[in-house]
Amino acid sequence: METTNTHISRRNFIKVSGMTGAALTLGISWLNEAQAGDAITALTPETQSIDLNAWISIDTTGKVTITNHRAEMGQGSFQSVPQIIAEELEVNMDQINIIFAQGNGRKYGSQVTGGSSTIRGSYQKLLKLSATAREMLKEAAARKWGVSRSLCKAENGFIIHTGNGQKLSYGELVVEASKLEVPTDVALKDPKSYKILRKPLPRKDTPDKTNGKAIFGLDKRLPGMLYAVIERSPRFRGKVKSIDDTAALKVPGVKQVLKVSRDVFGDMLEGVAVVATTTWAAMQGRNALKVTWDDSGFEYHNTELLYNKMREDVKGDMNSFRTKGNASGIFNKASKKVEAVYETPYESHSCMEPLNCIANVTDDACEIWGPIQGPDWIQGSLAQHLKLPMEKVVVNMTFLGGGFGRKAFTDYPYEAAMISKAIKAPVMVVWTREDDMTAGPFRPGMVYQCKGSVSDSGRISSFETKIAGQNMGLQGPGNDDKSSYNESDTEGFLEPYFESIPHYSFGDKPLDSPIPVMWWRSVYASTNGFAFESFLDEMALAAGKDPLDFRRQHLGNPRYQELINKLEAVSGWKKRGKNEGYGVAITECFSSIVGEVVKVSKKADGKVKIDKVWAVMDCGWYVNPDIIRAQVEGSIIMALGAATKHGTHFADGKAVEKNFNTYRMPRINDTPEIEIHVMDNEEKAGGVGEPGLPPFTPALTNAIFDLTGKRIRVLPFSLEEV
Amino acid sequence: MASITLSINEKKFTVDADPKMPLLWAIRDLVGLTGTKYGCGVAQCGACTVHLDGVPVRSCSVPVSAVAGKKITTIEGLSQDTSHPVQQAWIQEQVPQCGYCQSGQIMAATALLKRIPNPTDQDIDTAMQGLICRCGTYPRIRKAIKTASAIMAKSTSK
Repeated sequence: METTNTHISRRNFIKVSGMTGAALTLGISWLNEAQAGDAITALTPETQSIDLNAWISIDTTGKVTITNHRAEMGQGSFQSVPQIIAEELEVNMDQINIIFAQGNGRKYGSQVTGGSSTIRGSYQKLLKLSATAREMLKEAAARKWGVSRSLCKAENGFIIHTGNGQKLSYGELVVEASKLEVPTDVALKDPKSYKILRKPLPRKDTPDKTNGKAIFGLDKRLPGMLYAVIERSPRFRGKVKSIDDTAALKVPGVKQVLKVSRDVFGDMLEGVAVVATTTWAAMQGRNALKVTWDDSGFEYHNTELLYNKMREDVKGDMNSFRTKGNASGIFNKASKKVEAVYETPYESHSCMEPLNCIANVTDDACEIWGPIQGPDWIQGSLAQHLKLPMEKVVVNMTFLGGGFGRKAFTDYPYEAAMISKAIKAPVMVVWTREDDMTAGPFRPGMVYQCKGSVSDSGRISSFETKIAGQNMGLQGPGNDDKSSYNESDTEGFLEPYFESIPHYSFGDKPLDSPIPVMWWRSVYASTNGFAFESFLDEMALAAGKDPLDFRRQHLGNPRYQELINKLEAVSGWKKRGKNEGYGVAITECFSSIVGEVVKVSKKADGKVKIDKVWAVMDCGWYVNPDIIRAQVEGSIIMALGAATKHGTHFADGKAVEKNFNTYRMPRINDTPEIEIHVMDNEEKAGGVGEPGLPPFTPALTNAIFDLTGKRIRVLPFSLEEV
Repeated sequence: MASITLSINEKKFTVDADPKMPLLWAIRDLVGLTGTKYGCGVAQCGACTVHLDGVPVRSCSVPVSAVAGKKITTIEGLSQDTSHPVQQAWIQEQVPQCGYCQSGQIMAATALLKRIPNPTDQDIDTAMQGLICRCGTYPRIRKAIKTASAIMAKSTSK
């Protein structure tokens, strides 16, 4: 399945529709919320100057084409976006063809696939756009038959005359419909009548992901394309001092060796590229390369130093983000109080598809193909660096072999573009697994100090969290004001706690480090959740309460109560056996709430094993329960890895773990049974790709405490050594 | 450089390659079949798994010179129309997310089922623990292997 290269500028779109005859094409603007709510526009010569960006086009054969402005990196946008459209448009899924949009920030607004935003950021507009097209087709049929629109029914790609059963296909109606005024009073369906939404339909991209046809970045080929592998400074900020390429150039297939750079938060980091006719030849050439680096001043960075600094930092003053009352005053006077420090490691994203990108730069244009989460960012960045107008930089998205935040970064397309420009040929830059795992950006390591107190009645009287760690927003020139707080300090914390806890304080102290850091699936919630939900467990113990009941009494909001009730019922929380440990955690991020219960027990040899995980996801309005289940399963297993298997350490200014032999991944034999439930309600849609991750680790360590009395506060830990 | 003839998916390909070049890169960059994936280069992840005379191997760690004359099967050779029972099971259980590692997973599962038509959970763990899926599709891989086993049993009993 090749998913790129369908250029969808308005002019081309008209050309495409012109070839197949007339079409009904509707667009909507994402960019301006007020405008987007109202302005659905049909494509006519007059509207060509209006910037429309989501498209539905129906041609005279009845085929529906939509553009996906977001990446497909496993989260299922290729299935869920068409499902939304098929429902309100009243067509079957087979009639819909989805194509990837190219990077164009002016046209699509943010295209960065992050923050679990693909559906929650667009579903209301997609529903309205589809319903509008449906009503226009009904109106066109009504006029043909000379009846009122209310006598017409849309079904399965046809408009049906409810009086006499006559029917017309959408394809027969598009010409007429495209001449109509766009209605503004379109009603959306009641979710209870959904036929396609809320159904676990199979994903459209699955077959091509089982026969080798799906084209990922590394699989794309251009005529005359060469391959480049880059030796980058093993320390984070080294500059090239000297290059000896004598041996490298003797490797068969090697064409050229050149110095390159990449833009990492405004700093130009250096490397030496070996360009060759095959990936293997480029790798061999790189092995034969001799580069010396000027990296003095960066050799001292190591894990111990970083964490010692963070452990000191949490004892001092914070950049205060969110406070109420006087948490420390209450804590100091309290009789029942708890204090704990939690530590989480740096992590590599380690997508199964290592970073790679193709660039073809000519004198006046640049075209990019690759596994890309942020095509509009790349378009902007390359236009600026290559001094080209935006429209001369075309960014094509392939399927992504994982993203998790890393592939939103612009450094690897930048490398490809600079090499292509220098060698005047299309080139694919391939990062080896070792490059991918050691260069970063990483999830930042964090240290949390939590202090809290409980009243005699067992309620939380104060809650204070101090966070030390690198702030991803404070990197690069102009963004380094270390006195600014991190507005993600409370990410993961449940909203109702801010009501029920009378005194709280959240603040952070950003760590200064040359190590580049970046979003990692569920971002700050992935580590905050461990601290908050472990600490709530410790407070429940101090209060003498059951951990689930303790949370319940602080979460008055009915939505949260329902989630807790569900979690309690499905996990058999109150019916647990004697030699079983149960742990719970509930977190909230990207507008979804997820509760998880983990059950552990001891094996014959006395070691702890995970028996089962129950997850309850409340993401409000949703599209496809099977995709949600898949995302939560994956989130739990990714969290299992970061909790019990891997972490990135630093020594001598370099990352220590270089490949999967030391950065150990969870495997099939580590995977527990997982049972997932999705809440049904009419709340606004929340994210799906990330929110299932944060609660797993604290639910696991809380369960281990329940079984063994041992409290785990430092990650990663080994289940073998509990 | 040497001229080496490879038998891939019952077709012959003659490539001019460094004899030390791993089979993976010969398949991808010289023959042009991209379904077999690069994941780690050191036989730790299994994304590059192909069959060599029916046995699953890590193509990233087998030099191309060692496979001349042997029968190589890649994901493309399993079936192009997804009619193979393992592919059918993968679709039925909706296994792939990003999909990148799945060629290797499917090739390893196919080899397992050839050896043990009705594998236990323990058999599946042993055969599949060398493969990494970062999306965490393991629960569905386990289920799909059992589904494939059932599909195969049904078709042989006919």
